[in-house]
Amino acid sequence: MSAGLTFTYGVVRILNLAHGNLYALGAYMGAWLVLGWGSSAMPVLSYLLLFAAAVFIGVTAGPLIERLFLRRVYGKEEEIQILLTFSILLILEDVIKLVWGVSPLFADKPYIYMGHVRLGGVDYAGYPFLLTGIAVVTGILLWLVVTRTRFGKVLVSVITDREVSSALGVNVPRIYTLAFTLGAVFAALGGAFTAPMFSVVPGIGAEVIVVSFAVVAIGGLGSIGGAALGALLVGLARATAVHLFPELDLFAIYLIMALVLLFRPQGLFGQVQARRI
Amino acid sequence: MMKTPLLSVIALIAVLSPPAAAQTPAPRAAGAPKELRVGIVTLLSGPASSTFGIPAKKAADAWVEKINDEGGIGGVKIVPVLTDEAGPGDKVVAEFRRLAADEKVDLVIGYISSANCVAVPAVAEELKVLTVLFDCGTTRVFEEAKYKYVFRTAAHTGIDGIGAARYLLAAKPDVKTIAGLNQDYAWGRDSWEIFSRALRKLKPDVQVVETLWPKLFQGDLSAEISKLLTAKPDVIFHSLWGTDLASVNSQGRVRGLFRQSLVIHNNSAFLFKEFRDLPDGFVVGFRGTHWPDVPDPARNPLQKEFIERCTKKFGEPCGSPHGSYHMVQALQGVKTAYEKAIKATGRWPSVDDVVKAFEYLEFDSPSGRIAMGVGGGHQAIEDSLYGTVKLDPQRNQNVLSSVRVFPAKCVNPPDGVKTLDWIDQGFRGAQCP
Repeated sequence: MSAGLTFTYGVVRILNLAHGNLYALGAYMGAWLVLGWGSSAMPVLSYLLLFAAAVFIGVTAGPLIERLFLRRVYGKEEEIQILLTFSILLILEDVIKLVWGVSPLFADKPYIYMGHVRLGGVDYAGYPFLLTGIAVVTGILLWLVVTRTRFGKVLVSVITDREVSSALGVNVPRIYTLAFTLGAVFAALGGAFTAPMFSVVPGIGAEVIVVSFAVVAIGGLGSIGGAALGALLVGLARATAVHLFPELDLFAIYLIMALVLLFRPQGLFGQVQARRI
Repeated sequence: MMKTPLLSVIALIAVLSPPAAAQTPAPRAAGAPKELRVGIVTLLSGPASSTFGIPAKKAADAWVEKINDEGGIGGVKIVPVLTDEAGPGDKVVAEFRRLAADEKVDLVIGYISSANCVAVPAVAEELKVLTVLFDCGTTRVFEEAKYKYVFRTAAHTGIDGIGAARYLLAAKPDVKTIAGLNQDYAWGRDSWEIFSRALRKLKPDVQVVETLWPKLFQGDLSAEISKLLTAKPDVIFHSLWGTDLASVNSQGRVRGLFRQSLVIHNNSAFLFKEFRDLPDGFVVGFRGTHWPDVPDPARNPLQKEFIERCTKKFGEPCGSPHGSYHMVQALQGVKTAYEKAIKATGRWPSVDDVVKAFEYLEFDSPSGRIAMGVGGGHQAIEDSLYGTVKLDPQRNQNVLSSVRVFPAKCVNPPDGVKTLDWIDQGFRGAQCP
């Protein structure tokens, strides 16, 4: 989720408030598919359905949003970009209600199929280990795409300088669409695979975007490695606070964010950029 | 002896005619308006809409239809004006003003959020609009203020915590340690305060070993469940709802939380279809007797009719018992108060006449007999219902077992006494079986 948010920002330079709705769309589509076609006789099918849901949402909603809306505000004032993505957030929130209604979708079978493992005398669900594995694999794949493929090199050139890339013959609008779509797939992947852990209800997109912003602010906007480290820090901070100071549960996350921003306003992995005048 | 043709015709008409109640509309009161416009304010969007707001709306649809089918109130049909409760408090108050000024409603039935139930009454008093709070739980409304035009036809949250403590001691009298898992806002804090205080008053040696406050709609409760699994309390009390309720059920079941501790939940904020997936041994409570079997539909015709009407209209009962039953209670309260006022005045009543009739009113509902017993006659008291989820192997579905109903006067303080004071005073005057 945070990798998608920071990746999108890194390329198109728009802080996408509707990113949480892509997460929500992935969650709804995943839960809907699992409820409709998941089968206890073939548990692996449920996981494939979750993956298919994420890809479907990413490759349909991503290009649609980028081409219809975001393309019109590239390079414009940040206020306009934020207002636009906020409008998309509100529209998608209602689209979700129109398509799936307001009743919760509760598709926890993929979570239950994984059972539990006993570590240090405490039972842990197996499913979060799967999620961690998916996050690691996704991160490595993304790193490989950016550093080892032609598309990645073109992407880096567009991130570095859009105008020069365009002058060198790079189809920048196409790269933007592809990058945004990739970010949308990541968001939907996050939604689809976390859906089995809780009931999917209207409003989950707005909930998750707040923590995602904290993660990318800690890691540094535009840095995928930063997003990974930020997510790790936020998770550890929460778990530690819950165990030692339950009252400071949320405070711990934002304390870390505040400290990081105080000493490194660009985030742990963010780079200071010269402002063009 | 031969019957005359006239007698035969009369007999035939008598046989073919439906019962009088279904055919004859209620007599129209003198000076009655053309219609009774009722603002219905419930959560139609946002995370609380599916489990609270929409079931309440469905219940309003079904029950307004019933009242109108039977001739309305005093011969006047109800015209509902539906409004979404979602949004910040200032928007909700502005919507209330719009209902009064633009929609010209005669009264408002509404509000699930406790924050709105605290914000709206002052405006209702200013505009002199009869306002019936139908579902919110905070004890503050009538324990910290007095209102003339505001009523609440459902019990406040006091009975959730006190009922939970009483049920727990009946189900597990040897409880020694408890832990709390409640969302970090007013509802979670109040729920824990009332339950833990009531339990320690009833059993002073109980120790609190953990209190956890996850953020509202946090979803992932892994860290909290790990903490509870290491703390190993005898009992875990929680008041989670929405996605957090589903999370603790799913995540807790896989990780053995329900095997390790008795988990007790103070408010039935789940849909009937969600009940099918609840973990075995989970104790659930209801703010009022709101369950398809309780009250027994065979003994409570309104309960039978409510279930039948919802099933006929929507193909299933009207969703979560919480919002739906409370909505019908509000409509029944309004209907009874108007009819009482019409009877007392002999004409269509003014708002002051209805207010007078409403105070300390008792009326029948699908939840049983409801008394506006406290808060100067403005606040209803209800029985508290608790039960344990049990998988019936024969039917392969969950049933509510070990059901206990605590009478309203066992779990509600007397009129004029605040809930927490009543607990601290040792439940003075409680009438328990």
